[in-house]
This record gives sequence, C-alpha cells and structure tokens, in this order.
Amino acid sequence: MILQVSGVSKRFGGLQALSDVSFNLEEGRIMGLIGPNGAGKTTLFNCINGVYRPEEGRVVFRGQNITGNKTYHVAKMGLSRTHQIVRPLNDLTIRENVIVGACFGRENHSLGSAEKIADEVLEFVRLHERANQLAGSLNVGQKKRLEMARALAARPYLLLLDEVLAGLNASEITQMIGIVRDIRERGTTIIMIEHVMQAVMNVSDDILVLDFGKQIAFGTPEQVANDPKVIEAYLGDPTLAAELSGKKSSA
Amino acid sequence: MSLKNLKNPGLWLTLVVVFILGVIPIINNKASAREETLTVLLSVILVSSLNILLGYTGYISFGHIVFYGMGGYVGLFLISVYGWSLWTAMAAGGLASGLLAFLLGSAILRLRGSYFALATIGINEAMRAFISNFEPFGGPTGISLNFQVYNQYGGAAQALWTIYYVVLALALGNILLSYLVKTSKFGLGLQAIREDEEAAEVMGVVTPSSKTWAYVLSAVLPGMVGVLFFFKNGNIEPGPAFRLHLSIELLVMVMLGGYGTIAGPVLGAFGYQRLRGLLLTSDLFKNIQLTVAGVLLLVIILFIPSGAVGWIRHRFPVTRRYLP
Repeated sequence: MILQVSGVSKRFGGLQALSDVSFNLEEGRIMGLIGPNGAGKTTLFNCINGVYRPEEGRVVFRGQNITGNKTYHVAKMGLSRTHQIVRPLNDLTIRENVIVGACFGRENHSLGSAEKIADEVLEFVRLHERANQLAGSLNVGQKKRLEMARALAARPYLLLLDEVLAGLNASEITQMIGIVRDIRERGTTIIMIEHVMQAVMNVSDDILVLDFGKQIAFGTPEQVANDPKVIEAYLGDPTLAAELSGKKSSA
Repeated sequence: MSLKNLKNPGLWLTLVVVFILGVIPIINNKASAREETLTVLLSVILVSSLNILLGYTGYISFGHIVFYGMGGYVGLFLISVYGWSLWTAMAAGGLASGLLAFLLGSAILRLRGSYFALATIGINEAMRAFISNFEPFGGPTGISLNFQVYNQYGGAAQALWTIYYVVLALALGNILLSYLVKTSKFGLGLQAIREDEEAAEVMGVVTPSSKTWAYVLSAVLPGMVGVLFFFKNGNIEPGPAFRLHLSIELLVMVMLGGYGTIAGPVLGAFGYQRLRGLLLTSDLFKNIQLTVAGVLLLVIILFIPSGAVGWIRHRFPVTRRYLP
C-alpha cells in the first residue's frame, strides 16, 4: 500500500472542505479523483502533500505517517505534484525549472546529474526543443507539460496530477494521456484530478468521487459509474451519466 | 561543475573591469582618486551582497545597512577596548553581522513581500535606538579611535592605502562569491523561491533554511567592510552607522544595474556613484541629490524594472549565457 488516507477532514472557517475521507491506494495504480467544482479535490491534494494540515485523520505514505509534514519534506520522500493553476518559475529557463525538480526532489541530485535527468524528462514530455526558452514564454498546454516534467524529474513514487488535461485541445489531451500511461508503465503511482470524464474513466484503475467534501464512492470506473449515489448526487446531468458509463450519447 | 562554470566570459569581464578601475588610483598614486574609487568599491560590495537576498531570493530589504553598522560597531569596539588588530576585528565584524542575520532571518523571513520589507526598516531603526542607549558602545556619542592605533599599520596615510587594497580584494572576492552562489544548487533553490515560493516548496526546496542562509551570506561582507570603513573614519556614531537612506541608495543601485545578475550590481554601483558625484558638485542639485535618487528609482521601476543588465538580457536573449 503506497498511500493510506484515513478519516481526513479539513475546515476553512465555517466551510467543511473535507469530511472523513478514507481510501487506500496500491502501488502502480492510477486513481482518478472526480467531483463537481468545489468538492474538495485540490484540498485533498493539499492535505496529502502537506500544504494544509488536516484537522483530523491520518495520511500514511509508504508506511510513514506524513500528516501535517512540511511540503518540502513530503517532496523529498518521493511525493510530487502538479498544480491546477500552473506555477512555472517564469524567469528561469525550462531546463532550469526541471533541474529544480531533480535537485531538490527525492534523489537530491547535484546540478550536473540533474541536468541529465532534466534533458531526459523534457524529451519524455516533448519539450526538449524549448529547453533553453524562458518558462514564462510557454503556452498553457506546454506549461502543463512543464509542471509534469518538474514533478517527474524528482523521480517520485507517487505523483499527484491536478487537472493536467484542463484547457488542452483534443490532440494535446491524447498526447497527455499517453504521457500519463507511460509514467505508470515506469512504475509511478498516480492520483489524477480530472474533469474530462471519458479520459479519466479510461485511464484510471480506481475512482474516488467527492461531493461537498464527502467521499460518496470509491471503486473501479464501472462500479462508480453505476453507483446510484454517484448518478443521483453528482451526475444530475443524464448526458454526463451516459458518458461516465461509457455509452456515447448522441447529441 | 563550478570549474566548468568559471569559464563564463561575463564574470571575467566584470572582474577585469573592476580590477582595472581599482588599480588606476594605485598606479597614479593619487589619494583623491583613491577615495573616490573606494566609495564605489564599498558600494559594489554592499550592493552585490544585497543582491544575494534581493536579486536571487526576491526578498526586499530596506534596512540592509544595519549589517554595515553592526559590523562597524563590533569591530571598533574590539579594536578600541581589547586592542584587536584590524584584521581579526574585521573578521569578527563579519561574523557578528552574519550571526545577527541568522537570528533575524529565523524570525522575519517567514514574512512575505512588503511585510518583510517593513520589518527590515523596523530592525534598522530599532538597532539604531538600541545602540544609542547601549553604554559599552558609547551610547549616542559612539566610539572614537585613538590616533595611535594607525601606527601599527605604518601611519594613517599608509593605513588608508592598505585598507584600499583590502577593499579592492574584497570587492573582487564578493563578485566571485555572488557568481558561485548564483550558479550553485543552493542558488538555484534561491531563484526558485524568488519566482514562486510555494512551487519551490512543493518541489522540495527547504525554504526556511535556504532563505536564512541567503540572508546570512548577504550580511557577512557588509559587516566586514563596515569595520574597514569606520576604522578609516576613526569613529562611529549611531546616525552614520545606521543611515536608512543609504539602504535606499543601495536599492537604487541594485535596480539600476539589474537585480539577480552578477554585472548588474557592479554597473549600478559605478553608475550611481558617478552620478552622485556629479550631482554633489553641481550648484543646482547638491542639496537635492537624494531626490534625484528617488526619481531615478521610480523611473527604473516603471520603465526598466529589470535594470540595465536585465534589460539587455531580456532584449537580446543570446546574451543570457554570457551575462550571468
């Protein structure tokens, strides 16, 4: 078990952002994290990687309790993430951005070996031709791939992907899904927050559904898609329900 | 890695230019030229040091001069009361400033942006008020050196030259240091903090200790040259030691030359001191030279926020490799 989340709750003032979320994730799997806007998906990521300290519950990563640990400690243990709203280091080149990931991540590389990893990872996410460009000059799709490259350069055991498909066009989505699958092939476990339903249903082994901070379903994509609670509480929209269960609705 | 990096032409150009400008007064053996260049070299050291914090790490310190004053006080105290030599006192002054930065850093570097900047002003003012009432440091009258003290350095005239050599060496050393910091892994972490502190943390940069060490590094050399300057002066008082507007002039110089670059602070120091020299000797501007500095800062921030060297790097991206 690479990640065990048990009874995690997080409050912001009067708002209960997460209540009693629990799941176990086995190594080598892709878990999709879905739910309407404001369901608490990113908050759950923030509780896992230490940006927030949950009021209740425990997060255990590779056998170690990391609840409330500092983000940089969690990163060094092999847990990387990307951001929904991209956060490139604008005034550094793309290569330097990725070198930061390799230098300060799990393997704690020196600058020299980090450069090699950066070039490798940049080729993997198909940004190698732009390696010496400033990160600020990229478009959104490229910035998302840069986020991915930085996270990967740390050679994490677990990768949290926050809406890497949002804002991408159809061909970029296909490309990105290919990248996600390749990452898993290399042995990295993935949790991905996603709104592009078909993609997430296709690529995930497990799905966790959040609604108003509550966990309303956890299981295989089929189980979740057919769960009456999910359909009722979250998929009020019948076309989306059809999409989820794999039946293409003819518009 | 660092050896390969040392081949950077921009670094050597900067070092050579500073060296040549520094050597001219020595060759000509002219005291007036020496004093002029000394002011510039002191600025180069202060500005390059500040650049490690402001330019690399992105934390604006409005009170950086506190380390200069602190070093000066500790050094003169040790020289006048305990009879330490100038050189050990200089090391002690640097150490004291570094220690002060370490203690302050742990406390105020959690503050972000303008809050940190405000805190640094507060610290400078608090330090001046404290020293003004601290009897061992002479309270409001400060510490004065006995003229005899220069004898062991070959008399006052010779001592001034010796101090000048040391300042020149420290300026060159500081340029090299700031380059090594910038091209190191530590420096990359600092730049990541400057660009996006939260993203840096998520990537594993241990921000509290990185920021604290950047602060310490930016404080040590100002502490050392503080000892040299006030030793040369023969006395130190709270006012001149913790002069807030000097901090602001340092900021003007960093911004003028280009923050975060190696050559920028040097260019900024030379340019600003030259301008200041012109203004101080002109009838029209001699009383309002600080106003000019303020206007200059405003113009830079509005029109070329990345400074002269930053502007060149931005305008001609090929130069990035050669202009560290």
